[in-house]
Amino acid sequence: MKLHMQKGGKAVKRKNYSPGSSWELYALCAIPLILIFIFSYLPMGGLIIAFKNYRYDLGIFGSDWAGLKNFKFFFESDAFFRITRNTLVMNGIFIVVGLVCALGLAILLFELKSRLSTKIFQTMLIVPNFISWVIAAYMVFAVLSPSNGFLNVILAKLGFPKIDWYSRPDAWPGILVIAYVWKSAGMDSIVYYAALMGIDNTLFEAADIDGATKWEKIRYVIIPAIVPLITILTILKIGNIFRADFGLFYQIPRNVGLLYSTTDVVDTYIFRTMRVTGNMGMSSAVGLLQSVVGFILVMITNYVSKKIDPETGLF
Amino acid sequence: MSKTNKSSQVILTVFLAFLSILVVLPFVMLLSISLSNEEAIVKAGYSLIPRDFDLSAYKHIFKNPGQILQAYKVTAIFSFLCMGLSVVLMSMLAYPLSKKGFKGKKTISFYVYFTMLFSGGLVPSYILTTQYLHLDDTIWVYVLPALINPWYVFMIRTFFQDIPYEISESAFIDGAREFTIFFKIILPLSKPVLATVALFTFLGRWNDWNTSMLYINDESLISLQYLLQRIMEDINLIKNASANMVAINIGEMDIPSETVRMAMAVVVAGPALVIFPFFQKYFVKGLTVGSVKG
Repeated sequence: MKLHMQKGGKAVKRKNYSPGSSWELYALCAIPLILIFIFSYLPMGGLIIAFKNYRYDLGIFGSDWAGLKNFKFFFESDAFFRITRNTLVMNGIFIVVGLVCALGLAILLFELKSRLSTKIFQTMLIVPNFISWVIAAYMVFAVLSPSNGFLNVILAKLGFPKIDWYSRPDAWPGILVIAYVWKSAGMDSIVYYAALMGIDNTLFEAADIDGATKWEKIRYVIIPAIVPLITILTILKIGNIFRADFGLFYQIPRNVGLLYSTTDVVDTYIFRTMRVTGNMGMSSAVGLLQSVVGFILVMITNYVSKKIDPETGLF
Repeated sequence: MSKTNKSSQVILTVFLAFLSILVVLPFVMLLSISLSNEEAIVKAGYSLIPRDFDLSAYKHIFKNPGQILQAYKVTAIFSFLCMGLSVVLMSMLAYPLSKKGFKGKKTISFYVYFTMLFSGGLVPSYILTTQYLHLDDTIWVYVLPALINPWYVFMIRTFFQDIPYEISESAFIDGAREFTIFFKIILPLSKPVLATVALFTFLGRWNDWNTSMLYINDESLISLQYLLQRIMEDINLIKNASANMVAINIGEMDIPSETVRMAMAVVVAGPALVIFPFFQKYFVKGLTVGSVKG
């Protein structure tokens, strides 16, 4: 029993504010929890489709078991290597290039004295973040269109032949990286910028006293200060390395089959297998693989990050 | 802060300005193509400056705006609907989780958290949504699955946890029940985080094209972005829409397809681009809180 001073100075005994078993709390969270069950947990159960020859008319429970056939089929297909490689490589590049660009931007903005300029530039840099990949695809098309594209117009003016970008797979890793950085570097840099703003000023003053140059300050003050943040964020991203941004990989290459060798990733493959070929069992199997691998990866990367710095990690 | 000299600041400013302009350039390009003359474009290709300034692309759109208006309407409805419901429901979930003594807090937190680690994926969700819940071709398919986002739930919970305990405590002493405390005290105090979550959710819904592609066949229910996607894929869509016009059909009338495409993109993206940067600071706050506290 706590003592509580009421107005007038009289000490009064009263019950603890202990909401532990208040039915109202359970009532509050009931509906959200049900929604989570329906839309997140039920589909998990639906993963058994991966082990079945799913037929629409027989439903989940009526369709025959197929054992590991779907998985075998996938592993033996050409697609397996292609989409695994594309997903991992592209995401890997995104993580590295994304980090360099976002961090670089943040440091540049940090060094800018004029707050007004910083605000203006930041606003401009994050604008791409607010549009969808559909609109971004229009822009990419405006640049790369075989007939009218901005790039081809320039090439023609310079006397070079026009290039049909949408039939050259080898150009696309580069194109996709540029698209990715264009869309997210601005927003990501804001996170790093906030971290930079949080660095203790006395560290900079001390560096000044020691006569440090700009580069030395970056190396010895800034980088060490934000390494923890970079580590967490990077680890989080590695945990998700098997999940591709479906919008990016589906919209920007405009689902052109010729480009699949470099633009097809796990998520686009699952989508096509489900929609185009209607093979529910197989696409479900790949989806299951993606979820399981992703889960394992997150667990591992979280464990590793905790080993490095116990403060980090998701839980 | 480091000692700076004028010239290095100038270089920095110029460089950043260059980058910023580069980033914004694609938007300029869309705009300029949309304001160009169709023939000039077909002959000479896209450019950064309008070729033969021409409003006919926009005239064409606004003469027969049915499709785009409908998509705007649908998208606005489900975006606002989801935003409102989502914020309320996620707060309702976050509140008990923010209470120290709440029995089952650990279990429920894990229950929510686990969905961030593992998911059923596309196929089971698709089958569930279409065959069992029959949400396809309804507006609810845009709203219901997107209502609870674990990331935002924890963001809200963290915020609730930071509200001084004494406030709730003194309300309780004055006889308030949990419902009252939640709705009358905690929520009003949480405007910043709720605004941030609302914005993120709204943006997510507004830009949705996935859902339409998978679950909608009814033309009158397609979302704005999906309309745009369809137009990109099928230029005939524009031509057919015009053919359905009961008004004058000038026989072999040339539909300004190139410029109209880009004009539609501008019309779709325009409002969002104008509005969202104003809420920049909310996004920023949300990002920094979310990434630091995970």
